[in-house]
Amino acid sequence: MSLLEIEKLDLSIGKFEILKGVDLTIEQGEVLGLVGESGSGKSMTALTLMRLLPDLAHASGRVTFDGVDILGAPEAAMNRLRGNEIGMVFQEPMTALNPVKTIGEQVAEGIRWHAGVNRKDADDRARAMLDRVGLPESKFPLSRYPHELSGGQRQRVVIAIACALEPKLLVADEPTTALDVVLQAQILDLLRDLVDERKMGLLLISHDLAVVADMAERVTIMRHGEVMDSGETGRILTEKAHPYTRQLAEASTHVPERTPLADGRSERPLLEVRDVTRDYAGRRRSLFSKPEPFRAVSGVSFALHEGQSMALVGRSGCGKSTLARMILALDRPTSGSIRLFGDELTTKSENDLRPARRNMQVVFQDPYGSFNPRHKVERLVAEPLHLLETQPSRSERRERVAQALAEVGLSAGDMDKYPHEFSGGQRQRLSIARALITRPKLIVADEPVSALDVSIRAQILDLFADLNSRLGVAYLFITHDLMVARAITDQVMVMHEGEIVERGNTASVLDNPQSEAGKMLVAASPDLERALERRRFARV
Amino acid sequence: MSTEPTSPPVEGAAHFVRAAFSNVSFVTGFATTVLIAAMALVSFMWTPYDITLISIADKQLTPSVQHLFGTDHFGRDILSMIMVGARNSIAVAFVAVGIGIGVGVPLGCWAAARGGWIDEVLMRFNDLVFAFPALLSAIMITAIFGPGAVNAIIAIGIFNVPVFARVARAGAMALWPREYILAARASGKSATLITIEHILPNIASILLVQATIQFALGILAEAGLSYLGLGAQPPMTSWGRMLFDAQTRMMGAPHLAIFPGLAIVVTVLGLNLLGDGLRDVLDPRLRRAR
Repeated sequence: MSLLEIEKLDLSIGKFEILKGVDLTIEQGEVLGLVGESGSGKSMTALTLMRLLPDLAHASGRVTFDGVDILGAPEAAMNRLRGNEIGMVFQEPMTALNPVKTIGEQVAEGIRWHAGVNRKDADDRARAMLDRVGLPESKFPLSRYPHELSGGQRQRVVIAIACALEPKLLVADEPTTALDVVLQAQILDLLRDLVDERKMGLLLISHDLAVVADMAERVTIMRHGEVMDSGETGRILTEKAHPYTRQLAEASTHVPERTPLADGRSERPLLEVRDVTRDYAGRRRSLFSKPEPFRAVSGVSFALHEGQSMALVGRSGCGKSTLARMILALDRPTSGSIRLFGDELTTKSENDLRPARRNMQVVFQDPYGSFNPRHKVERLVAEPLHLLETQPSRSERRERVAQALAEVGLSAGDMDKYPHEFSGGQRQRLSIARALITRPKLIVADEPVSALDVSIRAQILDLFADLNSRLGVAYLFITHDLMVARAITDQVMVMHEGEIVERGNTASVLDNPQSEAGKMLVAASPDLERALERRRFARV
Repeated sequence: MSTEPTSPPVEGAAHFVRAAFSNVSFVTGFATTVLIAAMALVSFMWTPYDITLISIADKQLTPSVQHLFGTDHFGRDILSMIMVGARNSIAVAFVAVGIGIGVGVPLGCWAAARGGWIDEVLMRFNDLVFAFPALLSAIMITAIFGPGAVNAIIAIGIFNVPVFARVARAGAMALWPREYILAARASGKSATLITIEHILPNIASILLVQATIQFALGILAEAGLSYLGLGAQPPMTSWGRMLFDAQTRMMGAPHLAIFPGLAIVVTVLGLNLLGDGLRDVLDPRLRRAR
């Protein structure tokens, strides 16, 4: 008998059908990848088997875990099961930990509750567990609070909590989506080792086919609450027999067609960054000592030409976003110069920056946070028009907004809607429309596709490529995803601890990185082809 | 992936009204407030008796059909005095809240927008004002500039300023790092324009809730000042003034103190309920939790 069997699971919340006839099994010690785009019902499947569903949810079908009928079990029995037999790792390590309790308390909490041991024994077990996930007590005492740890370390604590009682099944819902690629690789390694070591079953929920191909023996692909395809990972993803599987696989390795513009090297560069450094005031160690400054960006120089597309890659916290903000003149460097069309930006007043601002715009990562929810699209997209010398009339303004919307594949009728009426991908189109409306020469895009589903991501990348070849906009793409860098840029710079450690043609740098940081990034990046290759070898 | 909570979707006025009127605190508070305000308005046109009419023969009558709340030591009708007194209490609290919002919100927004030493100086000054109990300082101000309704308003108003400055600053600080604010800055909008267009509409709801609470506190403070003889001066009356007049006669004629006291309690309770209700209705997180 399998460890977990789900048969014909239907789930409705209110009058919405969430899951339709989902079948799924996990054996002891097996990793099952559950893949799907947002809204496909993968998280709801996980919550059903923990029975942590919202109040109005109604589930029918059969869910059996280790011989226990989950849907029919009384709440008390479920409480014994949760944490003890089934552990759960959540996506967001920031919110999955209680900020006012120490990590020791949080790991020991479940042990004391389920195992009924005294505080000291529970602490000992918590200590051993934290040590196992790579947080040895010598460096990370139990008395640390979550805010004293980095994102990756917090996710290790979450994993320690989930595994502390040696559950038979671990459910990991997008455990690495909030982390950068290097941390992702470390956390995935840790999960794999724990599963092997303790013969746990692992239900790995992810939107990333490459991650799943790397980790899971079997994969189940969901869409709109239904299982589309399921079976052995290598076979499913190599044969791509199901049309939706093929569509997903193609979208996640999608490279838009681009015609690189003729190299305009002879002209003076569009953007010239020279020796830019940015220090932040550090924390004061005592009342009288001088605070040690923290150097976020250190001596960065580069040039970007018209129509060129450049990627800035690096781990989170390496200073990419700080650099982007300085280029956009939203933050001033401590020293160094930034020139747009040979015009120094760092010393200009806000008013003198207006002509420069017309030529550079920005697209942010989060399609939800980048719009004021209280304004209509017309007003939101028209916001940069404020920079024009003469303010356009109302009809002229509507015309320009309509044109910008058309450029990104939306209709002029969308002008009178509010941002919440759009999906994530459409909102990202709105962001791009807003960035385009003043016809800038440079768009700085800070992780513009990392919050999007793979098929939407492919469309947005196509849009970026199209705008680049049609309008000749230059891009500075900030990303930690090398697939994106490869898909859309000609040049790449690798940033590490505030410095540019490597630069060159995208393909050559990413195929054959020279610097340590570059090698680390490339090695850690999940790659569907490589993962499948490995599977094939492993089988032979 | 986003770590920010997604902003609440914008809902129409109709939705707001529906949600508000299914909230018990809001309805109770709203009804009480409307009643008191109506009473104050009616007093301009009609009161059961003229409050300047002294009739020693009718002094200190207990409640009866002629005088629902009885009469005071000059034989004036207490119900009429409470109606007229409501005017004064409401006017003082209203203007004081107005001063608080008018000065405090711009200061708070300025501090949040500029940061650095401006923020530090403004907020430390705020702390300084906060450090003195509001009523005590109000007493000091009226003692220096002389008792009277206008000075009471100014005194109470000054102590509303830091409250609104803090609330506005905290709200604005949370919004400034948002991406849509960054996008607005990248569009070259000045801090003032961003504050007007993006910040204020998004902090309006917390300011509104704070305003109802400060309004209630203003009524209490006015009553306190008048009770000490530093607020409204005769022949003008206010609830606090009535309590002041009642205190020496309380043993013989408790109704002199009971009715103005009740008026204060009911008004403050009503305003607090209104504020609570508004907060529940305007804050989508609390709404979803229920």
